Amino acid sequence: MSVRAALIWLFLAAAAHGQGFAGLGDPGGTGFAPASPDTRLSFPADHGAHPDHRIEWWYLTANLTDASGAPLGVQWTLFRSALAPRRGTGWNDPQLWLAHSALTTASTHHSAEKLARGGVGQAGVVAMPFEAWIDDWELSGDLAGQARVRAGGEGFSYDLALSARGPLVLHGQQGYSVKSPQGQASHYYSQPFFEVTGTVLLEGQPRQVSGTAWLDREWSSQPLQADQLGWDWVSLSLDGGSRLMGFQVRSSDGTAFTSGTWIAPDGAATPISNGDLTLQPARMATSAGAQVPVEWRVLWPEKGLDVQVSALNPDAWMQHRFTYWEGPVSVSGTHRGRGYLEMTGYK
Amino acid sequence: MSFAPTLRALLSHWMRNRVQFVGLLVGLTLATALWTAVQAINAQARLSYGNAAAALAQSSLPRLVAAEGRWIDEAMFAHLRRNGWAVSPVVEGSFTTKGGLRLAITGVDLVSAPSGGGAQNAQDGANLLAFIEPPGQALAAPATVAALRDVAGLPHLIVDPALPENRLVMDIGVAQSLIGAQGHISHLVVMPQASGSPAPLAEIAPQLRLVAPQDDVGLAQLTDSFHLNLTAFGLLSFAVGLFIVHAAVGLAFEQRRVMFRTLRALGVSLDVLTAALASELAVFAVAGGAFGVALGYALAGFLLPDVAATLRGLYGADVAGGLQLPALWWAGGLGIALAGTAVAGAQSLYRLRRMPLLAPARPRAWARPGKAALLRQFALCCGLALGALALAIWGRGLISGFSLIGAMMMSAALAMPLVMGGLLRWASGRARRALAQWFWSDTAHQLPGLSLALMALLLAVSANIGVATMVGSFRSAFQGFLDQRLAPELYISVPEATRRAEVEEFLIQRAEAVLPIWRADVGLEGQPGRLYGFRDHPTYRESWPLIASGPDAWARVVRGDAVLINEQLARRMDLWPGDSLRLPAGPPVPIAGVYSDYGSPRPQAMMSLQLIGARAAQIDKSSFAVRIDPNRADTLARDLVSRFGLTDDEVIDQAGLKAFSLGVFDRTFTITAALNGLTLGVAGIAVLTGLLTLARMRLPQLAPVWALGLTRAQLGRLELGRALLLAVLVFVLALPVGLCLAWILLAVVNVEAFGWRIPMRLFPWDWAGLAATTVLAAAAAAAWPAWRLAHTPPADLLKVFGHER
Repeated sequence: MSVRAALIWLFLAAAAHGQGFAGLGDPGGTGFAPASPDTRLSFPADHGAHPDHRIEWWYLTANLTDASGAPLGVQWTLFRSALAPRRGTGWNDPQLWLAHSALTTASTHHSAEKLARGGVGQAGVVAMPFEAWIDDWELSGDLAGQARVRAGGEGFSYDLALSARGPLVLHGQQGYSVKSPQGQASHYYSQPFFEVTGTVLLEGQPRQVSGTAWLDREWSSQPLQADQLGWDWVSLSLDGGSRLMGFQVRSSDGTAFTSGTWIAPDGAATPISNGDLTLQPARMATSAGAQVPVEWRVLWPEKGLDVQVSALNPDAWMQHRFTYWEGPVSVSGTHRGRGYLEMTGYK
Repeated sequence: MSFAPTLRALLSHWMRNRVQFVGLLVGLTLATALWTAVQAINAQARLSYGNAAAALAQSSLPRLVAAEGRWIDEAMFAHLRRNGWAVSPVVEGSFTTKGGLRLAITGVDLVSAPSGGGAQNAQDGANLLAFIEPPGQALAAPATVAALRDVAGLPHLIVDPALPENRLVMDIGVAQSLIGAQGHISHLVVMPQASGSPAPLAEIAPQLRLVAPQDDVGLAQLTDSFHLNLTAFGLLSFAVGLFIVHAAVGLAFEQRRVMFRTLRALGVSLDVLTAALASELAVFAVAGGAFGVALGYALAGFLLPDVAATLRGLYGADVAGGLQLPALWWAGGLGIALAGTAVAGAQSLYRLRRMPLLAPARPRAWARPGKAALLRQFALCCGLALGALALAIWGRGLISGFSLIGAMMMSAALAMPLVMGGLLRWASGRARRALAQWFWSDTAHQLPGLSLALMALLLAVSANIGVATMVGSFRSAFQGFLDQRLAPELYISVPEATRRAEVEEFLIQRAEAVLPIWRADVGLEGQPGRLYGFRDHPTYRESWPLIASGPDAWARVVRGDAVLINEQLARRMDLWPGDSLRLPAGPPVPIAGVYSDYGSPRPQAMMSLQLIGARAAQIDKSSFAVRIDPNRADTLARDLVSRFGLTDDEVIDQAGLKAFSLGVFDRTFTITAALNGLTLGVAGIAVLTGLLTLARMRLPQLAPVWALGLTRAQLGRLELGRALLLAVLVFVLALPVGLCLAWILLAVVNVEAFGWRIPMRLFPWDWAGLAATTVLAAAAAAAWPAWRLAHTPPADLLKVFGHER
């Protein structure tokens, strides 16, 4: 999912370089390493940070159920943004770290944000043993085995145990994922097979929860075209064990670039090319003053997939330094399941 | 006859009396403008003070310091953050340029720093990389930036007027390199916890100590007092404006008696006439109010260029940088103009309602008020004076304080024509020459026509004296307070006991005196307060004057038999020498004296080291004051820094702090001075309109004098002389009124609002200046009417006899 953090990146890049949106398409002048189709990912090294690339994230979403059967969603995200294409130690490290966490039920949505500089231990990622952290938020353990994630903010916190029940999945060509007709690309892999148990605390009330989680890992130096306004992205865990990752990047001329990956229960990945996957808004809702599609129709004729994707809570806005929509969804139609939806660029 | 033609007839008066019309409008406009400007300046200055205070010290937040030693290991920052503590690191030290200029260096991490303060918005802008990447950027006061222009080896300097001089604020990493403290931090600012409960400090960082926010010189408290007084001043300015309006409306009423009578005779009902007159006033009020708000806004913008520019430059659009004119202000300005006009016009409307249908059309401006009217005025004046006296004796609370000001000023204004009339009659009786007799009695005769304008002048002058005295006393008290509190040349603060002993030993050999200052935060009479322990030294006896003291006060305190308390505690709890103070432990201790304290609203008590040691737990013994030849203080400070590695937080340059604090105050005082001048100007206009109105009507009185042989030039000179004489008289009467006002502001309003009573000081030289200004204003106002009189065509004077009524 290469585009999901472009807005974040946009913000940080603009802050660091003052070049705004247009600068994103010009990585050559900045000295950052471009994503390359020749790169072969290797683990656990690539679980760690890639400071030669401008932007990177560790993005975990979980679909959970509490003891009473009520569904809820959890988000844990750590973004890395390099202010300059160099390495430094201590306070001279040009890495900036931003994190979001959220807990969403059908009727409530809590979220929090953290910002930190790299170099002094307040935030960072190490590959082995894996640990990604900012202050007292962390995602740690073995991404192919047992891991733990915890975070919290005003009115909520969570502490969850993760167990990987399947392999890592590389998107695009060997993890080289293209984002636009012009060839913008990123390195992109996922761990979509986490099983989850743990505790969430909502307004002081603890709840035992269980479910599934999906980790996205992505890094790039030039994720978006200048005319790309926003995107819609889904990660769906379907009954029967298959998974679908799909997104579209909307351009100002009304067209969209689509891409995705079909993941078989054993982890075998089938890339979905631009144009093969369709995401159609099915129902709009006004939430927090913005018109946003809270129900989508997702079609992939090749597998006979035609599903409705419906938001659990239409008000799942992440309103921090920038605003986007991120929340749990349910799937119905030719396939059933649960997942996460992210939408940016709606006003 | 209906409403519209009546209103037209009424308005026609203003077409024929344009000067009067302008006077009325100007009065309303200026009254509203001054009020609005004061409000705007208050709002704006508060904002800039807030920022200045934030820049002075991050003292409003608790901090973590090393329990032993100077530095905290930098890794502690991440350790605490990872354990849920919301902390931000700060490194402090000094840097001496090749030219010998010693700079205080503060290094902060903008990303984790608490929000607020000028540097903060670099976090959101393009500046972050430039700020943190060596050589980095540093914020400094304009004078410091200028002084360091050619100094190499420093970060790129950016002007921040909110900072004290010779202090650079920069990124923590850049600062560490500059002061040679890589890997170290001085302290950690602790921010309020957003959520969760962090692990206890004793478990995760036993080597750190949590220190409560510093209770520094309370800039905000002092400025609050100042703003309150400025508001009182704004109200007075408005009252001056209202007198002008009252004068203009009253004159217009008198001049239109004939018109009223005619209109009534033509069949206009009393209700229609009243409604028309009220509508006319409302139109004036709205127009004057609107002009006034706009003018007040412009005035504030003009008076505050540096403040506004600072805010714009520093904080951009997200903080209200430029002055704003919210709808509320418009409403407030128009509201106060309408209310003021209603007050000013009420008397006229009342007289209109009571006027007999066929009232004689005598122009009242020429009539001496009847005995009954004088008696009424006298009674009202006495009533108000008695009310003021009662409020002064028994009144409690701020409202009572402001009511006292209102009653006293109104009473004084009402008394003025009576007193002045008496004086003039007395002078007239003593005069021997015919011309002198005519001059005195003619002046007395004019008094009723001019009295409202003169009342406005009296109010303006006394407000000037009052406010200037208050501001001057306030400044000198504050300066004195700073001098007292900051009498020692150096203040040293070393938290760690062993190092403190070394420093103290070193100082004992080098300094004239080393005075320990112990303190403990305790509850005093049910409020959070602070105890200070001190060692006897002439410094205290000389520079801590007591506002109340029992016999042998200092000796008893030094022996440990008694304590001193601050004024706030004394006034709030009514504790004075002879009473006793309850301490946290042991029996109550007698109070030997009360000292003034403008630094904090909290209760305080001073006592000997032995007494505080016996009566308080958890005493902070980290500070001491050092007395040394001022010329050697700087050298000693440098030695302390180089020998013991003390930071600038630990060796405080009190002279710099003092200069900065006074600078902030003086900037606001400049604004008061400008406002003062404007009020006088307004009163001058009142006198001008009064004189101009009278001049037209006085011709029948002057013509006989001219016919008796006085030249027109002589008449003009006499007119001018009369105005000057009246101005001098007004000033003489205004002096005691102004001093009364200052006394109320200092001894009543300040005590009610802040618990301290600022000693009143007198500034005779200011009075002389003000007297000159008053006379000048009156001369300027009288010049034109006098010139016109001197150039009245003889034919006009002759016509008087032809038109003899």
